[in-house]
Amino acid sequence: MKTLGDVAVGDSSTIIKLHGTGALRRHLMDLGLIKGTQFKVVKVAPLGDPIQITVRGYELSIRKEEAAIVEVQ
Amino acid sequence: MAASQLHVALAGNPNCGKTTLFNLITGQNGYVGNWPGVTVEKKEATLTRDKSVRITDLPGIYSLSPYSPEERVSRDYLMSGEPDVVIQVIDATNLERNLYLALQVVETGLPVVAALNMADLVEKSGDKIDTAALSKSLGCPVVMISALRNTGVDELIAEAKRAAATKGNVPRHTFDSAIEDVLSKIETLLPSSVSAEKRLYYAVKLFERDEDAARLINLTKDNAAKVEQLIAQCEADCDDDAESIITGERYAVIAHMIDGCLKRAPERMSTSEKIDRIVTNRILGLPIFILVMWAVYAIATGANAFGTAGTDWVNDNLFGEGFELFGQTFPSIPGAIEGWLVAAGASDLVQSLVLDGIVAGVGAVLGFIPQMFVLFVLLSFLEDCGYMARVAFVMDRVFRRFGLSGKSFIPMLVSTGCGVPGVLATKTIENEKDRRMTVMTTTFIPCGAKLPIIALLMGAMVGDAEAAWISPLFYFLGVIAVIASGIMLKKTKLFAGRPTPFVMELPSYHFPSIRSWWLHVWERVSAYIKKAFTIIFASTIVVWFLTNFGVYEGAFGFLPAMEGIPEEFTDYSVLAMVGGAIAFIFAPLGFDTWQATAMSITGLVAKENVVATASSLLHIADGTETDPNLWAAFAGMFPTMGAIAAFGAFNLLCAPCFAAMGTIRAQMNSGKWTAIAIGYECAFAWVVGLMINQFYLLATGVFSVWTVVAIAFAAAIVFQLVRPMPKWAWEDDKVSTSAAAGAVA
Repeated sequence: MKTLGDVAVGDSSTIIKLHGTGALRRHLMDLGLIKGTQFKVVKVAPLGDPIQITVRGYELSIRKEEAAIVEVQ
Repeated sequence: MAASQLHVALAGNPNCGKTTLFNLITGQNGYVGNWPGVTVEKKEATLTRDKSVRITDLPGIYSLSPYSPEERVSRDYLMSGEPDVVIQVIDATNLERNLYLALQVVETGLPVVAALNMADLVEKSGDKIDTAALSKSLGCPVVMISALRNTGVDELIAEAKRAAATKGNVPRHTFDSAIEDVLSKIETLLPSSVSAEKRLYYAVKLFERDEDAARLINLTKDNAAKVEQLIAQCEADCDDDAESIITGERYAVIAHMIDGCLKRAPERMSTSEKIDRIVTNRILGLPIFILVMWAVYAIATGANAFGTAGTDWVNDNLFGEGFELFGQTFPSIPGAIEGWLVAAGASDLVQSLVLDGIVAGVGAVLGFIPQMFVLFVLLSFLEDCGYMARVAFVMDRVFRRFGLSGKSFIPMLVSTGCGVPGVLATKTIENEKDRRMTVMTTTFIPCGAKLPIIALLMGAMVGDAEAAWISPLFYFLGVIAVIASGIMLKKTKLFAGRPTPFVMELPSYHFPSIRSWWLHVWERVSAYIKKAFTIIFASTIVVWFLTNFGVYEGAFGFLPAMEGIPEEFTDYSVLAMVGGAIAFIFAPLGFDTWQATAMSITGLVAKENVVATASSLLHIADGTETDPNLWAAFAGMFPTMGAIAAFGAFNLLCAPCFAAMGTIRAQMNSGKWTAIAIGYECAFAWVVGLMINQFYLLATGVFSVWTVVAIAFAAAIVFQLVRPMPKWAWEDDKVSTSAAAGAVA
């Protein structure tokens, strides 16, 4: 399964599915990360984590660990 | 509350300009408190122009889901029946995500007015928003405003008053017909006690398997089963779970709305993106951050900088020798007050109380204001312009390792000035556990008032109070205390739980409005000043009483006025008695003299007191932290160098001053948690002091029972630091695990 954390910096992709349950999953959905959403990985923080993505016209910071529940194309 | 009052709720995403709007229309004369039972900030105020309109500023949220305390209090308040109308603030530069919350608020059935904020920025970008079209598709009035430039706000208020009179609101948006079908079937199963305008909201919540809503609606067993069957059928049809279906439907509705109302200008790289390319750059990010922080402290507290100049002026002139202004000589404040008191014929007792007690105590605190002001001007700017969110982004990796998030960094930076606003700054941390942990540990960072203690210690230990390497050493001790505490506490049941997600929006950079910037600075400086004039004012009187009253030759009274009392009367004071009585606590730490204990007691009141107490107890007239005589006398109280270091560690790490403890109480919103925080800090400080003293003694060949105790503590700490996270610590919060299991019981 390829996840959001696997997308290389500068690449774009589309979300296939959000795995897991509970607060984190719902929070990501509320922020607009749902099936079919396109995003672009903009950069990685200087210490290698978290990553910054552009989604729905805004900038979002997310840890690789949390990005692992987001399955992408 | 008067029946004629109009209740307006302000709702919106974080960073949508809600607070700027709130400050603008209320003049920030509001009451800030917590929602009952939770530490989520509650702001209430009346409109400046019309006192019959009461505004409640809800916390910034992304959704009305049941997962975070912010979202819960927001929806509870919206559904409570109190608000007559909701002003839904929408960041017009980010319509898509902001409309997601707006849709949910419209679904509550309350009268809503949407305020499209940041109209000026939209105009600048060249985008065009058709408000009439948006109003039609959203089903509520839409007003373009700029809270920053104060445009459209009067119209917004007028519109809100008009909407409040309408009672009820019909959402215009419709989901996919299959979903609408299921929702209307659920609506028919709702008990008749649910009023017409709220039925859609509850139908959607039941469809999402929202536990809170299910508990509130309390369906009959039969109906609950029917609802569950409807949901399960729909999930099977859509091949997705209910929460995802609704979220997907909402974003689909929004996409349609935006097609109908937004004309986008051709895309170009925004200034914000350009700045970010450099500021959070993989290679330059950290050096830039260090440079920025260095600049902040150089300007605020550096030897020749603004802040220090102001503080020195206050200490040397206003509270020292007096000063000259426009060619006229003014006496210092203590000098002037002394003059008045003498002229008024005040007794020695009153003069002593006012001058040695109140003026000296409050003066010591006020001296820090210029430095603190400059520090907060700079830090608030960095926060308001969006840089601090990037700092959290850059530093998260470091902080997560010990159970905190990048957001804990800001309170710790502020705490280097003063712990009171530092503790207050924790309110930006959404997660309750993280916030509590940050409140508990942030005062380990040496604040401005601890610097003279550090200087005194170093003078006594190495004979140099101002060596450049000294204060970094103590900041380092503070940082180590924070890290070690973070790791240890995270493995206790109190803080068990998965690391809080760090999913954070990085807002666009903008130059903050001077008004909100100033309000931010003032909020912090005034928190400090208020404490100076209340808690510290009262406590200086207590300290004055403790040092000036006592028993001499069998009689209790004001010592300086007693017959035949030696110049050094503090030996007979109440403070000496109290210090002597509890000094045994510090015996294992190497300082069981009543003087050292008394200094620690006055330090608990305010750290500013410690050096002054030392000078008075050790009979060094006007001794300051840079006075070698005081160093020598101070060092003389301790048997070894290790004991001095233990004293220093205890006083720097133990519970902060009264003012900060009061702030911890307010921020924790719980007596139990305040006790835990302060108890932990004191115990931790005592153990660190014990280890320093005993290991120093051990190194010099002294072994005792306490050595064993110190070794046992050290072993326990090492164990707690290195052991893997206990299994139960990973159990997720109840709310998250049970939510998936289905809400209909």
